[in-house]
Amino acid sequence: MQLLTCPVNGPRPLSEFAYGGELRVMPDPAVSDAEWASYVFDRTGGARVKREWWCHTPSGVWFIAERDTATGTVHRTFLYAPGSPG
Amino acid sequence: MFTRYDALRPTYDVVIIGGGGHGLAAAYYLARDYGIKNVAVLEKSYLGGGNTGRNTTIVRSNYLTPEGVRFYDESIRLWQDLSQDLDLNLFYSTRGHYTLAHTDAAMRTMRWRAEVNRHFGVDSEVVDAAYLRKALPMMDLTCGGHSPPVLGALYHAPGAVVRHDAVAWGYGRAADDRGVEIHQDTEVLSIELEERDSERAVVGLVTNRGRIATRKILCAVAGSTPGLLDMVGLRSPIYVHPLQAMLTEPLKSWLDPIIVSASLHVYVSQSARGELVMGASLDPYELHSTRSTLDFAESLAAHMLELFPFLAEVKVVRQWAGMADMTPDFAPIMGLTPVRGFYLDAGWGTWGFKATPVCGKTMSYTVAKDAVHPLIDAFALDRFSRYALTGEKGAASVGH
Repeated sequence: MQLLTCPVNGPRPLSEFAYGGELRVMPDPAVSDAEWASYVFDRTGGARVKREWWCHTPSGVWFIAERDTATGTVHRTFLYAPGSPG
Repeated sequence: MFTRYDALRPTYDVVIIGGGGHGLAAAYYLARDYGIKNVAVLEKSYLGGGNTGRNTTIVRSNYLTPEGVRFYDESIRLWQDLSQDLDLNLFYSTRGHYTLAHTDAAMRTMRWRAEVNRHFGVDSEVVDAAYLRKALPMMDLTCGGHSPPVLGALYHAPGAVVRHDAVAWGYGRAADDRGVEIHQDTEVLSIELEERDSERAVVGLVTNRGRIATRKILCAVAGSTPGLLDMVGLRSPIYVHPLQAMLTEPLKSWLDPIIVSASLHVYVSQSARGELVMGASLDPYELHSTRSTLDFAESLAAHMLELFPFLAEVKVVRQWAGMADMTPDFAPIMGLTPVRGFYLDAGWGTWGFKATPVCGKTMSYTVAKDAVHPLIDAFALDRFSRYALTGEKGAASVGH
C-alpha cells in the first residue's frame, strides 16, 4: 500500500487523499488577457519535482506536497502558509 | 520489416518526433500525398511502444461536439480501406459499441450525442433497457445491486476494434517503402531555434545519435509532449496522468460488441484471440510513468463483476499503463505553434488511437503546406488564450 504523510494526521494510505493539482500563484488580475489565460490553463507540464495541493479527505486537511512527478516519490509535505515560498 | 540506417543524414526536410501511429501515419501521407520523402521519424524506444501499443484498440466516432464528430468520422472512413492501402491485415473488426447510461442525466447526454451524431450522418441511437436485455443477455443490468442499474445506452453500430501494433507496423512499412527513414532508439535531446523575421523558428535538433538540420519538426509524442515543449520554450495546458488497462486469459467468444460504462469506469471488448481487453479511468494524479497498480486492477475487476458476475474465476494475465496527455476540454491540440516550423499533434489523452489515420492526413497537410487543415481548426493551441474551448466530453474515461 502506498502511503502519504499528512502534516496533521501522519502517514495514511494514498487512497485517503485527493490530488488538487499544481500549486500556482495567482497573478494580479490586472494582467493582460493572454497572461491571465496562461495562468488559468497552462501547466508546468514536464516531469520534475513539483509543489502540489493534496487533501486528506477524511479530515479535510489541505496541504502541499513536494513530489517528483517522474517517480511519484514525495520529498516532503507541509501546511500551506500564505506568503511563504509555498 | 524496416530498413535499418547506420547514421542519421545531416539534413531532412521534415523530422517527425515519435514513432507511434500518429507520427508514422503523418510520415506515410507526407510521402504518398505530398511527395515529401526526405523525412526522418525519430523514436526514442521502439516502434509503436508508446500509447499506440497501450490503448484498448477501440475505434468510434460517437462524440459530442460537431468538431469532434466530423473529425473522428473522417477517421472511421479512412480506417475502412486501410488494410488494403497498407497491404497488411489490421484485423479491423466492426463490433458495435454500447455506452451504458446508469442515470437520467447520462441518458440525457446519450440523447444529445445521438442527435449530434445523426445530424452529421453518424450511425448512433439511444436504446432502452428492454433492448439491452435482448441484445446483451449476458449482462446484469441491475449491476448486482452494487451500482445504479443500467437504464439504456447509446448504441453506435460502426464501433470497431483494430490490432493496434499492426497499425504502427503498417504505416511504418508503407512510409519506409516510400523512402522515409525510421530511426528507433533515437532520442531528441534538444531543439535548436533562431530568430527569423522577428519569430522564433526551428533550425535543427540534437539527438543521442548526432545533430540534424531541419526547418520543420512534427511533434507526435503523446505523454512526452510537455518535455518536448520545454525544449522550445512553450507552455501548454497539457497534464499527464497514467491511463491503465488489463487483459484476461483467452476465453471462448462470448462478447461481440464493445461495452463502455462511464459510471462504472469500465470499457471492455473481446479480442480476436479471446482475451478481454479492459480499461478504466485515468489515475487520479499526475505521473510521468507507465507503472501500473493493484488498486486499478482491484477496482476494475470489481466493476467488471457488477456487469458480468460469471467472470469471477477468470484470471487477469497482464496489466499496463500509458501516459495520457490530457487537456482541459478533452479535445486534442493540433496544428501550428508560436514557434515557426514546430508543428504539434498532441493532447491525445485517452482518445488518440482511433484518430491515427485522420491525424496523419491532417498533420501531413499542415506540415506540407504550413497551413492548418480545416478539420483541425478547432483544435489549435491558441484556443485557450482565446477562451474558445472545444468541450469534448464524449471522450473515453471521462465522466459527464
